[in-house]
Amino acid sequence: MSKVDNSRRLFIGAGAAATAGLVIAPGVTLLDLAHARPAGEAASSTKRWGLLIDSSKCATGCTDCVTACGKENGFGSTGHPETDAQWIRKVELKEIKSGNSHSLPMMCQHCAEPPCVDVCPTGASFKRADGIVLVDRHICIGCRYCMMACPYKARSFVHEEHEDQNPEVPRGKGCVEGCTLCVHRIDRDQQPACVESCKEGAMLFGDLNDPNSEISKRIATYATTQVRADLGLNTGVRYQGI
Amino acid sequence: MNFEAFRKIENSVFYALLGVFGLIAAAGMGAAYYMESHGHVVTGMTNQIVWGMPHVFAIFLIVAASGVLNLASLGSVFGIKVYKVRGMLSGLLAIAMLAGGLTVLMLDLGRSDRLIVAMTHLNLTSVFALNVFLYTGFFSIVAVYIWTMMDRKMHDYSKYVGFAAFIWRLALTTGTGAIFAFLVARQAYGTALLPPMFIIMSFSFGLAVFLLVQTAMFRWNNRKLDPTIQRRLKNLLAVFVAAVLYFTLVYHMTNLYFAKQTAFEHFILLNGGIYTTLFWVGQILLGSLLPLAILFHPEMGRKCNWVIVASLLVIFGGFAQLYVLLIGGQAYPLSIFPGYEASSSFFDGRINPYNPSLPEFLLGFGGIAIAALITTVAVRVLPFLPDDSVLHGETVGE
Repeated sequence: MSKVDNSRRLFIGAGAAATAGLVIAPGVTLLDLAHARPAGEAASSTKRWGLLIDSSKCATGCTDCVTACGKENGFGSTGHPETDAQWIRKVELKEIKSGNSHSLPMMCQHCAEPPCVDVCPTGASFKRADGIVLVDRHICIGCRYCMMACPYKARSFVHEEHEDQNPEVPRGKGCVEGCTLCVHRIDRDQQPACVESCKEGAMLFGDLNDPNSEISKRIATYATTQVRADLGLNTGVRYQGI
Repeated sequence: MNFEAFRKIENSVFYALLGVFGLIAAAGMGAAYYMESHGHVVTGMTNQIVWGMPHVFAIFLIVAASGVLNLASLGSVFGIKVYKVRGMLSGLLAIAMLAGGLTVLMLDLGRSDRLIVAMTHLNLTSVFALNVFLYTGFFSIVAVYIWTMMDRKMHDYSKYVGFAAFIWRLALTTGTGAIFAFLVARQAYGTALLPPMFIIMSFSFGLAVFLLVQTAMFRWNNRKLDPTIQRRLKNLLAVFVAAVLYFTLVYHMTNLYFAKQTAFEHFILLNGGIYTTLFWVGQILLGSLLPLAILFHPEMGRKCNWVIVASLLVIFGGFAQLYVLLIGGQAYPLSIFPGYEASSSFFDGRINPYNPSLPEFLLGFGGIAIAALITTVAVRVLPFLPDDSVLHGETVGE
């Protein structure tokens, strides 16, 4: 029986390890540089992501946040406004008595006690540990009960097939969807697209659980409002100026 | 017991019915396929009116399904013989209508293909998920109930199974009413009045459907309904119709008392266009007052044909009531910013229009046709028709 030549095996093994290292290392380095949550690590309840919107800085007629949301998440007008998805919309408000007017963006309020999650029969509508309310498109059956339950009209139903989707934000016909707070960006340590697009600085994104975050300090200092606070849903999106 | 009295529908009528109902059911399935392949964009439903005509049909069928079982319950649970002999037909109609209603509900889903997901992923805080248990349990209990009524060896158990079925049907309709009662967002819903109101609606719609089917079946079999029994049933229907009216009155009176609800009430009662018309003309006048007048009229109330007219009116009124509650409740804008006038590209602050499309109607009628098909076939193969000859020599109702 001839002697086995181990050197070749050792060479192949070392080569494979080097290749794996070359493939994985840049990713690990990037994750480290970006301080983002590594894939596979669960979102943490130590954080609660939220938004503070200052309606006094939000200009009537400006729809930059809406445009940015559509671009980021891959939707736009199909020519059917009644069935088009609107994850964020600009609402113009006029106080009935005084005529005092406001303009503000409205989207999923990422409630701590979300009615959409309570009513969803399959659990597709869920709240992530860090407070972001999402729809699991794999188990949404398209019953639209969450749309009936949402007090903010924040959810849309995908009424038709859509091409040219953003691969990071897949959208399926027959499922319900809504603002994800740009969860794919947050997981990369970036801000939601709407916040980034607001030139007036009317939108502030941050961790409501961190007392030292800018958003927590502002909420601690100024009077802010939760929309339909009477419902006791403890919204993650707060407003200033209304 | 004279089993000969259980007659079967004549051959020609049977096949004609099979053909007609089959065609309607097929049209409904075609409509569902069309909606499924094109998406809900081909329907009248939108992001504002998220539940439409299919839901009106489905909820009518589901509510009436539990109500129609009432006849059997009156027989088994409360021991009234006139109703006891109607138990099997009542159980059959309950199963058939629930099957029809659920078919419509399932086929309207955005992803009907994920039905298995609905069965395997259950969020128990959702009344929809609880309803999955209530619906499947209802099928099973009623099937066993029919067995205990049909098989003489099982008669002894009939009372107990009947009692279970009675409790279950109350739970089921509570669950259906709770779908809306648990909705905090919209002004039409979010009230604990809705589940009991749905229960009394189920009594009324269910009995109207039963009277209709019973008369049709009797006529095709050349049988006559005993006038005493007819009188009892029509009086019962009148009581149920009046009870629904009472609940409707309390619902609107309570809303009118809350300042935050008055604008919504004005919309439904005064200036809501189709919803106001359907409420006053559909539900109140044609669906309640007119049938009450017919049923209590000394002459008309005794005539079988007029009782049928009254039953048809009650069913029409039921559809009108559900349309106003479901669609009217969504057409009125959400009060997101109380005290403010709101407007947006997403139709905030606007009355939402809804034009039901043909596929939606076809799917709804398809559900009714499925219920009718099940009933027609079952009555043909098994002795479901009431046999009043067993009551001869006894005082009706004792």
